[in-house]
Amino acid sequence: MKKLSARRRHPLAALVVLLFALAVTGGLYAAFAPASKAQADDTAQSLAIKEGKKLFAVGCASCHGTGGQGTSDGPSLVGVGAAAVDFQVGTGRMPAQQPGAQVPRKRNIYTNAQIDQLAAYVASLGAGPSVPDKSQYSAEGADIAKGGELFRTNCAQCHNFTGKGGALTNGKFAPTLEGVAPKHIYEAMQTGPQNMPSFGDGTLSPQNKKDIVAYLGAVNGDKTATPGGMELGGLGPVTEGLFGYIFGLGACVAVAIWVAARTTKAKKS
Amino acid sequence: MSNETTATTTRRGQAPRGERIADWADGRLGIYSLAKSNMRKIFPDHWSFMLGEVALYSFVIIILTGVYLTLFFHPSMAEVTYHGSYVPMHGIRMTQAFESTLDISFDVRGGLLIRQIHHWAALVFLAAMMVHMMRVFFTGAFRKPREVNWLFGFLLFVLGMFTGFTGYSLPDDLLSGTGVRFIEGVILAMPLVGSYLQMFIFGGEFPGHDIIPRFFTVHVLLLPGIMLGLLVAHLILVFYHKHTQFPGAGKTNNNVVGMPLLPVYMAKAGGFFFLVFGVISVIAAVASINPVWAIGPYRPDQVSTGAQPDWYMGFAEGLVRVMPGWEWNFWGHTINFGVLIPILVFPLVLIAIAVYPFIESWVRGDKREHHILDRPRNTPTRTGFGVAWLVAYFVMLIGGGNDLWATHFHLSINSITWFVRIGFFVGPVLAFIATKRICLGLQRRDRDKVLHGRESGIIKRLPHGEFIEVHEPLNQEQLHFLTQHEQPEPLELGPEVDENGVRRKIKRTQKLRAKLSKSYYGEDNVIPKPTVEEYKEITSGHGHH
Amino acid sequence: MSETEENLPSERESAHEGAVGKTDNPFADPGLPPHEHRIQDIDERAARRSERTVALLFLVSMLATVAFIASYVAIPIDKIIYVFPLGHISALNFALGLTLGVALFCIGAGAVHWARTLMSDVEVADDRHPIEAAPEVKAKVLADFAQGAKESQFGRRKLIRNTMFGALALVPLSGVVLLRDLGPLPEKKLRTTGWKKGVRLVNQSTNLPLRPEDIAVGSLTFAKPEGLEESDEDFANKIAKDALMLVRIQPQNIKDKQELAWSHEGIVAYSKICTHVGCPISLYEQQTHHVLCPCHQSTFDLSDGGRVIFGPAGHALPQLHITVKDGFLEAVSDFAEPVGPSFWERG
Repeated sequence: MKKLSARRRHPLAALVVLLFALAVTGGLYAAFAPASKAQADDTAQSLAIKEGKKLFAVGCASCHGTGGQGTSDGPSLVGVGAAAVDFQVGTGRMPAQQPGAQVPRKRNIYTNAQIDQLAAYVASLGAGPSVPDKSQYSAEGADIAKGGELFRTNCAQCHNFTGKGGALTNGKFAPTLEGVAPKHIYEAMQTGPQNMPSFGDGTLSPQNKKDIVAYLGAVNGDKTATPGGMELGGLGPVTEGLFGYIFGLGACVAVAIWVAARTTKAKKS
Repeated sequence: MSNETTATTTRRGQAPRGERIADWADGRLGIYSLAKSNMRKIFPDHWSFMLGEVALYSFVIIILTGVYLTLFFHPSMAEVTYHGSYVPMHGIRMTQAFESTLDISFDVRGGLLIRQIHHWAALVFLAAMMVHMMRVFFTGAFRKPREVNWLFGFLLFVLGMFTGFTGYSLPDDLLSGTGVRFIEGVILAMPLVGSYLQMFIFGGEFPGHDIIPRFFTVHVLLLPGIMLGLLVAHLILVFYHKHTQFPGAGKTNNNVVGMPLLPVYMAKAGGFFFLVFGVISVIAAVASINPVWAIGPYRPDQVSTGAQPDWYMGFAEGLVRVMPGWEWNFWGHTINFGVLIPILVFPLVLIAIAVYPFIESWVRGDKREHHILDRPRNTPTRTGFGVAWLVAYFVMLIGGGNDLWATHFHLSINSITWFVRIGFFVGPVLAFIATKRICLGLQRRDRDKVLHGRESGIIKRLPHGEFIEVHEPLNQEQLHFLTQHEQPEPLELGPEVDENGVRRKIKRTQKLRAKLSKSYYGEDNVIPKPTVEEYKEITSGHGHH
Repeated sequence: MSETEENLPSERESAHEGAVGKTDNPFADPGLPPHEHRIQDIDERAARRSERTVALLFLVSMLATVAFIASYVAIPIDKIIYVFPLGHISALNFALGLTLGVALFCIGAGAVHWARTLMSDVEVADDRHPIEAAPEVKAKVLADFAQGAKESQFGRRKLIRNTMFGALALVPLSGVVLLRDLGPLPEKKLRTTGWKKGVRLVNQSTNLPLRPEDIAVGSLTFAKPEGLEESDEDFANKIAKDALMLVRIQPQNIKDKQELAWSHEGIVAYSKICTHVGCPISLYEQQTHHVLCPCHQSTFDLSDGGRVIFGPAGHALPQLHITVKDGFLEAVSDFAEPVGPSFWERG
C-alpha cells in the first residue's frame, strides 16, 4: 500500500488510471459486444491496437517517435514484434527512467492488459516475433541436459554457467537470470533486447529455446539444490577465495589466538 | 653392542613394557639421544607463530583427503556419455575425469564432503602460507640463521600454487578447462620453442588426450613429493634453529622462553591439528566449493563469464588481464608481449620478496644471528617495502577479478582495468611512503611514552588553575620493551680522498650500498630512541610533563 | 668478522645484555617475571572443573563420531533438505561434515584446554647455541677434506677429472632425448583448420546447415564445419580451432573493405577463438558490434575487421571468407591466418 500511495503522486499516475479505466471499459465492451465470434476477435484486436496506440503516445513516443519510427533517443520499433514489447515493458525496462550504459530491469508499471495492447500496437507496425504461448516455454517435453549444453554454447559466455550474470564492456552487463519469468527468457532470446544478440528460430530452434528455459528453471530456480552447501553467489573462485580467507583462515586464526593466549591468572596483575 | 646386552639383561623382567619397547628402538634407531635435546624443546607462545601450523595441518588434511579421492577419480580424457545420478547432465558427453568427479559428488557417500574438504583445505593452505610468510617478513624472522628456511618456505608457497592449479584442472570442467587453454596460450607465447613445447606438453594439439593424466601425475606425485621433502627440511630447521621470540622481559638473543614440547606443545600443537581439521570440515559442510555439476564439462568452444583461477593464481590472472595487447611481428616471427610480459613479471614479483632477506643483509652489512623479532615499526624501510609488495599483489588480485568488481559495484570493466594498470605502479610507491611515515610516527610515540609515561586519562587541576593530564611512568619491563631495539649508524664510505691526497676508488655497488644503508638507518628514517641520560634528566626533575 | 660490520654492535652482546643486576640502567632487561599461579593451580575445585570440561569435550567427540557413522548409514545420498541460510543442500553432506567437524574440533579443544589449564604453565628459558661451528671443528673438517681430496688425486690427475666432468655432463642428455615422444612436432598443425573450400557452415545448436535467411541482423550464431560431429574421436581438438561465430551487420555499417568482401550480404564469420590465449570469445554486443573475451577482456570490433580495441590481445580476430551455394552458406577457403593465440612461427 505504501508503494501505491507513493506512486499516486507520480505525474503519470492520473494518465495511467485513466488509461486503465479506458482499457477496462474497452475490454468490457469487447466482452459484451453482441457480435459473432470472428467479428469480436477482429474488433478486439483493432481496439487493442487503438488503445495501445494511446498508451504508446503517452509512455513511449517521446523516445521512439509518434509512429514508433525511432528518434535519436530510441530505436525504431517497426518489426520488433509483440515479443519485444512484452519483454521490455513486462520486465519494467521500458519505459526507461534515465540514460546510462544500459537500461536495467525494474518494477513494471503496466498491467498485463496494457502490455498486450502496447504489444498489439507495435506488432501492427511491422511483422516481428509474437508473444510465445505457454506450451512453447513450459518445461514439459524439454530436455534439460541438452538445454544445459546449448546454454553453455550460446548463453553462458555472458550470463555465467547458471545464469548469474556477468560484465560486458564499458559498464554494460549481462543481467542475472534469477527470478526472470520463463516467458521473458524466451522472448529475450527471440528479440535480442538492448545489446544482447537475438537467437531467432534459424539460430536456436523453438525446441532449443524450450530446452534452455527448462535448464535455467532446473539450475537457477527457487528450489534449485546446491548439494555442497551455501552457493556463495555461484560466481566461482573469487567468492570462494574470499570466503576461504575470511571464514577458513579467519576461524583458524581465531582458534590460534585462543590456543596461544595466556590462561587467566588467579589474581589480576 | 655389549653395553646394550648388559643393559637389557639387567632390566629384563623389571622394566615396564613401554620402556622395553623404547630400549628396543633405541638400540636400532638411537631414539634416546634424539629425544634428549628435543623432548623438552622450548617453544614460545604467540598466536602468529601458529600460522605456519595452519599451513602444515591443512597440507596434511589435503594429503589425507587427496589419497581418498584418488581411489575414485579416473584421470582419463576418454569420452563417455553420462548416465549417473545427476539428472541435468544425462546424455551429455564428457571425459572420464569429469564423469568420475560427478560420481564422487553424487554417488559416493561422503565423496562430496571429502572433495570439498580437499579444495577448501587447499585454499586455506595457500592463504595460511601467505600470511605466515608475511608474519616472518614483517618481524624480520628471516634474518640469519634462517635465510635458507625462508627460501624453503618460499618454494613451498610457489609449488603450492602450482599443485593447486594442476588440481583445479583435473576435473576437466568448463572453468578449469578454460584455465588449461590459457596455459596452452602461455606456452605458445614462448619465443622460439613455444609451439614445440605446446605439442610436447599436450601430446599434440590442444586439448588432446594426455594433459589430464599428465597433470594428475604432477599433482599427486611430483609436486607433493617435492613439497613433502621441503616441508620436512623446513620443520627440521625450525627445530634446529629454535623458534624466534618477540622482545620482552627475560628474552634475549641467547635464549628462548616458552613452554616445553612435552607436554604443553604436544597438546597444543597436536590439538591445533584437530581444531584446524574440524574448522575445515564444518566449512565443507556448509559452503559449496567448485560445484562442477553446475559448471559443466569442458568443451573448447564453450566458455562462461567470470572465468577465474583460484585466488592464489588471481594476481597472475590480474597481470594478464591488464596488460596492453602488444605484439611484435618481424622477419616472419611473432612475439606476443601481451602474454609474455605478464608471465615474466609474475615470477619477478614473487622473487622480489624471496630475495629480500639477502638484499637487506647486504645493505645492513649484518652477518649476526638474530633470534629476537623486530617490531615492524622499528624497521620502517622493511615494513614499507612489505606493504608496498602487498599493495602490488592485491591491486593485481583486483585486476584478476575485474569482471566481478564491475558487476557488483556497478563499475566499468575498462575503468577498473585502467585503475589497476596505474595502481600497480603508483600504489606501492604511495604505500611505501605512507607506511614509513606511520612507522616513524609510532616510533615517536614509543619515545614519548618512555620519556613521559603513559597517558592515564586522569585530568588534574594544579593550584594555580592549570589543567594537566597525569602521565604514569612505565615500569622497567615496558621501558625495556620499548628501547631494546638496535639503532646502528648508517654505513659510511669514508672520505673519497685519503690523507695523502690520493683518490680512493669506491666501487659503484659500495656507493649504492651506502645510499640504501641510509634509507635504513639515516637521520630521516629513524627516530632516535631515548637514551638513559635523557630519561634520567626528565624523570629526576619534575614529576609531570 | 668482515669489514662491513663496524657500524653494528657485536654479535653476542647486541642490545640484549640480559643484565638483570645493572640497577642504574632503567632500560635494562628486568629478567623473566615471576610465575603467577592460575586458578587451577591453587584451587583443586577449579582444576577438577577443568578436568570435567576436557572429559566432556572428548565425550562429545565420541558422540559426534557415532553420529557420523549413523548419518552415513541412515541418510540417503540424494536427500536434499532446506537449511536456512544455506539453501537446499544435501542432507548427507551437511550431516557428515558437521559431525566430523565436531568430532575433530572437540578432540582439539579438549587437548588445548587440558594444556592451558592443567599442564604446567611455568615459562622456561632455554639457552641458544651459535649455529656456526667452533674454529677447531672447522679446522678439523677442512683438514679432513683436504686430506681426502689429496688422497683421491683429483687435483693432480686432470685427465680423470675432465673426462669425468664430460661423462656427467653428457649422461642427462639421454633423459632429455627420452622426452621427445611426448608429442608430435608442430609442422602445420597450428596453421590449418577444418575449414576449406566448399565446406558448409552447420549450426552448432540445431546441427542443420545454415542458410543466409537463418541469420538475422543483430543475431549471434555459432557454426562448425559440416561433417564434424560431437561423437567424433577428435571432436575436441577440431572444434578448438574450427569454432566459428556468425553475425549479420548492415553492409553499410561494415567499416573494413576486406571484411565486406569476405561477407555475404552482411553476414560475417569470425573465429570464436581469442587471439590472446584462446578462450572462446563470444560476448557479442549487437548494438556496438563489439565482442568481449570473458577470460581477459580483450575486445574486438566485428564491424571493423575484428580489430582489437581493448585488452591484452595482440592481433585481430581471423575472418573466414564465406559465400552462398545452393542456398547454403559455405566457406570459400580456410582461414587466411592461424586461428587462436600467436606463436613464434606465426609471422
